[in-house]
Amino acid sequence: MTAEAQTPAIEATDLSRTYAGGFEAVRGISLSVPRGEIFALLGTNGAGKTSTVELLEGLAAPTGGTARVLGHDPYRERTAVRPRIGVMLQEGGFPSDLTVAETVRMWAGVTSGARPAAEALGAVGLTGREKVRIKQLSGGERRRLDLACALLGRPEVLFLDEPTTGLDAEGRRDTWELVRALRAQGTTVLLTTHYLEEAEALADRLAIMHQGRIVLSGTPAEVTAAQPARIRFALPDGVPAARLPLALKAAADGDRIEIRTHALQDDLTGLLDWARDHGVRLEGLDARSASLEEAFLDIASRTEDVPAGPKESVNR
Amino acid sequence: MSATTATTGRPTTTLSRLAALGRAELTLLGRNRNNLFIAAAMPLLMIFLLRSSLKGIDEATLGISLGAATLIGGTGMVLLLVVYMSLTSSLVARREELVLKRLRTGEATDAEILAGAALPATAIALAQAAILTVGGFTILGSDAPARPDLLVLGLAGAIVLLAGLAAVTTTFTRTVESAGLTTLPLFLVSSFGSGLFVPRDALPGLAADLAQLLPLSGVMEFVRAGWLGTAHSGSLLAAALNTVAWGVLTGWAVRRWFRWEPRR
Repeated sequence: MTAEAQTPAIEATDLSRTYAGGFEAVRGISLSVPRGEIFALLGTNGAGKTSTVELLEGLAAPTGGTARVLGHDPYRERTAVRPRIGVMLQEGGFPSDLTVAETVRMWAGVTSGARPAAEALGAVGLTGREKVRIKQLSGGERRRLDLACALLGRPEVLFLDEPTTGLDAEGRRDTWELVRALRAQGTTVLLTTHYLEEAEALADRLAIMHQGRIVLSGTPAEVTAAQPARIRFALPDGVPAARLPLALKAAADGDRIEIRTHALQDDLTGLLDWARDHGVRLEGLDARSASLEEAFLDIASRTEDVPAGPKESVNR
Repeated sequence: MSATTATTGRPTTTLSRLAALGRAELTLLGRNRNNLFIAAAMPLLMIFLLRSSLKGIDEATLGISLGAATLIGGTGMVLLLVVYMSLTSSLVARREELVLKRLRTGEATDAEILAGAALPATAIALAQAAILTVGGFTILGSDAPARPDLLVLGLAGAIVLLAGLAAVTTTFTRTVESAGLTTLPLFLVSSFGSGLFVPRDALPGLAADLAQLLPLSGVMEFVRAGWLGTAHSGSLLAAALNTVAWGVLTGWAVRRWFRWEPRR
């Protein structure tokens, strides 16, 4: 038991996945999620998040590298892994003509140690909707039903692929609360999202994926700290950017200037001293610390060199 | 959510998983009018048609009594319509709604997911075969099955084989609507070649020999032998070989080509 407690809940080493058509969706990913942690995979559509999660869930065998969930190969040793994990796919998965109660009953039948349906539905706020057909549920209700099914077996590891897509603000907060409560009980959660505030609010650690690779990872604070702060302003006519102090690494776009720096306070002081000494007005001066959003947008903007491949298996 | 202490609950078994999947599938079958009609009403309709078409052929050509020909053909018809055709369309429906993919994330194995989906069709096919048997005495005035053991063997083989063939058929069926078309070739070929509409003896020599190789010919031989008690000379062995060969081929094809999620 102690030995098992030390193995990471989820571990991937050099994981890669190439589809039959030759598209490399995952290109050598390594990550390790300790027990009881919430880990978020961030990325734009097509970054390879879902392809990665499917490998970890054991839905497909990796083209290269290894995946371990609770110390087992999730694909080859599925009978050992499945009873201990819960999965929520990015979309769908329930017959539209079944009712909520019938769906949960079916899932309970294929889930070891399933909790009572009323408890599972209560946890996601679907109490009272038992007799409604799936096709009559709203998108958000379907997501919550999906979550209820993923939680049915009290999983040790929970995979949530975009759990809050389609939820309204309140539903999203409720889901966050639920995920936090699960962590408090020791559940390990791996979730994908393209909502930055979701990763920031929930994740103990996160990784940003781009073109099948992890480009940046760490705690939200670490990832943010790795990014430069920005100073933006416009110079008045007749003041060329060349007159700025050389110490500032400035990029000019017409009269718009952008400075990226890891020493915001020092560089901002240098800039303001220079402006006062030379009597220059900095129009629209804006200085801001790095944020996860900046980091994300910075990475996402590096897309232009990609050959167009099939999109990540979703987003219809 | 309420704080829950992790309890080691009751683990699922193959049987409990099959029961849960089969129950859900049966509920769905009951809610889908098209499938329900195909499964419940079509076979009886086809048998009625069969009987009127067979009336045009004299018993000397048939080689067997009109009643027996109707029962044998009717059994084959039930199997094709209920197991093969309706299972093909329900598997496509589950695949397109991502139900199959979602189920694969759970504890049920691939074989259990497919078998669970086939359970209601199997139950209905067996029930209709039973109705046919009883109806055979009372309405058609035929004899009881001479070799019930062979009949049961034939039915079991046919159900397994047709469920597999339904899974294979989904690989080239994109939508539920197109399932009506993609299931037609096997339906027609079997109807005429495997002794459903026309007893095989009524076919010309070469065609009869070729027809013997068709997927359903083996199991239909067993069904026929079950009803009549007179297998063709040495034909049961050939029939068994045919069935096993098609079973292996079908199983291989399912493993190789079956898709668990829609093509994007």
